[in-house]
Amino acid sequence: MYKTQIANLSYDFKTLANLMAKATPPRSGDYLAGVAAIDHLERVAAQWVLADVPLKQFLNEALVPYETDEITRLIMDEHDSAAFAAISHLTVGDFRNWLLSPQTTSDVLNALATGLTPEMVAAVSKIMRIQDLILVAKKCRVVTRFRNTIGLENRLSTRLQPNHPTDNPAGVAASLLDGLLYGCGDAVIGINPASDNVEATSRLLNMLNDVIARYQIPTQSCVLAHVTTTLKAIEHGAPVDLVFQSIAGTQKANAGFGINLNLLEEARSAALSLNRGTVGNNCMYFETGQGSALSANANEGLDQQTCEVRAYAVARKFKPLLVNTVVGFIGPEYLYDGKQIIRAGLEDHFCGKLLGLPMGCDVCYTNHAEADQDDMDMLLTQFAVAGGTFVMGVPGADDVMLNYQSTSFHDALYVRQVLGLRPAPEFEQWLQQQQIFTQHNQLSLQAEIPALFKPALNQL
Amino acid sequence: MNINQPTTIANPWQDLKQFTPARIALGRAGMSLPTQAHLEFQLAHALARDAVHIPLDFAVLAQSLQPLGFPTLTLQTQAENQRMYLQRPDLGRLLSLSATESLKNNMIGTTDVAIVVADGLSSKAIAQHAVSFLDLLLIELKKQNYSLSPLCLVKHGRVAIGDAIAEQFAARLCIVLIGERPGLSSPDSMGIYFTFHAKSGISTDAERNCISNIHHNGLSYSEALRKLLFLIAEAEKLQLSGVNLKDETTDSALNSEQPQTNFLLVQ
Repeated sequence: MYKTQIANLSYDFKTLANLMAKATPPRSGDYLAGVAAIDHLERVAAQWVLADVPLKQFLNEALVPYETDEITRLIMDEHDSAAFAAISHLTVGDFRNWLLSPQTTSDVLNALATGLTPEMVAAVSKIMRIQDLILVAKKCRVVTRFRNTIGLENRLSTRLQPNHPTDNPAGVAASLLDGLLYGCGDAVIGINPASDNVEATSRLLNMLNDVIARYQIPTQSCVLAHVTTTLKAIEHGAPVDLVFQSIAGTQKANAGFGINLNLLEEARSAALSLNRGTVGNNCMYFETGQGSALSANANEGLDQQTCEVRAYAVARKFKPLLVNTVVGFIGPEYLYDGKQIIRAGLEDHFCGKLLGLPMGCDVCYTNHAEADQDDMDMLLTQFAVAGGTFVMGVPGADDVMLNYQSTSFHDALYVRQVLGLRPAPEFEQWLQQQQIFTQHNQLSLQAEIPALFKPALNQL
Repeated sequence: MNINQPTTIANPWQDLKQFTPARIALGRAGMSLPTQAHLEFQLAHALARDAVHIPLDFAVLAQSLQPLGFPTLTLQTQAENQRMYLQRPDLGRLLSLSATESLKNNMIGTTDVAIVVADGLSSKAIAQHAVSFLDLLLIELKKQNYSLSPLCLVKHGRVAIGDAIAEQFAARLCIVLIGERPGLSSPDSMGIYFTFHAKSGISTDAERNCISNIHHNGLSYSEALRKLLFLIAEAEKLQLSGVNLKDETTDSALNSEQPQTNFLLVQ
């Protein structure tokens, strides 16, 4: 069925999973998995064949067996055929054309989201260029709420990430205040704890809760511990705003993370019962990244991008406030260089948005990847042009706990400046009231410490 | 613009730097990074990149290990070059044909301990810390009458390469010294992986114990040694290593002298 002849060569891709993998733009993780095209011609042949596959076929041929994978069951069982009807007559190639049409507006895309499966979205992304990924993603509008409103047009939010190598409270507070004074933190103030246990997690949660309450910051907190740790913290009465979890696109990979759909449901219910949101109740924060399934030896023969998009089916079920693709963290055996990282980040954003998710991107790299600050500037700029929901804010772009480079407070200010993007409205108002930002959302020309924080700094 | 106006705006919260190694209070040029902070980042990145890409000089390493009085063997994995090494972790876990030959030719019967030194992701880490650490370790192992395989120096090696080597010598204890993924503030960090009854292709990360972050601003050689000797003794008792073998030595790095209070919340 998945056959073609091209340049005097015959290709038979046998299965849809194989066809998807062969059609994927090159990346090291697919070579590592042994599923990538062997040369340029095979890749393009697969893209030609994929373009002719009817979207309906994705409802007939599961890439991972329905019987053994709860994510496949989730995708198939919760597919909205009424929403799908608008495009059910299209092939993957037609679907690309349809998405690019000006008649396919934000409202049309919103109405379509539940009719799309991750595999349909992954497939079309494989035959799209960067500009296509940007153009279509920009049309998607996903708005979520907890203590502020994330994802409105011409807004870009930031996660303040005040990590410290030993979770020292004053060390965390120092980076936290530095970030606030640079206008960062409307998506979430989120700490990766150095040690994943209930005591350490609860201590950090209480501290963030107290800071947010005392300074009346319209934002939410998160400690990025394992979901089971957060559940225990909730049982012990800790003030949990958002429940965090890393998720992947196969049941087996999630088992490797020690999670399943029931556990996530339980965690979401527990967080909802605390009722801590003020303007909404999106209370989950998920992180993903291409290559995570393969690194858990659980890619089920799929390419890493298709696995990634299947993870978004998991995310979508739990109505998250934020989803973050930590694109360059995993290392060069999955995404080798700046070029691969940039494309992967924009693919993830496009696919997540089309499925209705509030997609942020940890624009990042490790020191053994062939990437540098210039590559990150390109991804950051293109991500923001595409209407990305949020990015990270790490002091000086250097995370001293996780040992990788992300985006800095300054980076967020740069991209807001050149593209005229603003923080979430509630947070923007707070920044202006505290005179951290001017009425034009610039840092003021004076170096003065805002009155709100003077007492804290004066006693040092 | 006034020519007397400074080109950057400093942050008056410099005092906060005492609480964290993070790059805070950097100041700004407009709303961007000032030149000084920008170049300091570039410098740190250059050091980390070079740590990954400058090859380890194995001849020099072998030579500086000579005074310790143990034979050395230099081996290669199936990752033929750095690019392949970075993209194919599987090949960095397999010995090349010539390395396998060389091991066979150097069989000295069963030993207790196999020590492997691999360049990993930071040649600088091994160049700076391996010899000094081994100097301390070998004395202790000798004291406890352990028999040792030749010290195996592995080019383009991953942690699991130790399994194949330990298996060759039927060594009960496998100790791998390896250059860790370099951070901006620690381009020369060395790690030690310890595996009891290592088996090639079978041992998993869950069966290893790791002592990480060994460098001048991190874990000291003597602390790392203390931890390793504890793990060895416990492994001999329990006949296993990994997640079921907990490192119960206290971590002085975590007993920070910094205050456990938070200035943002003081009344």
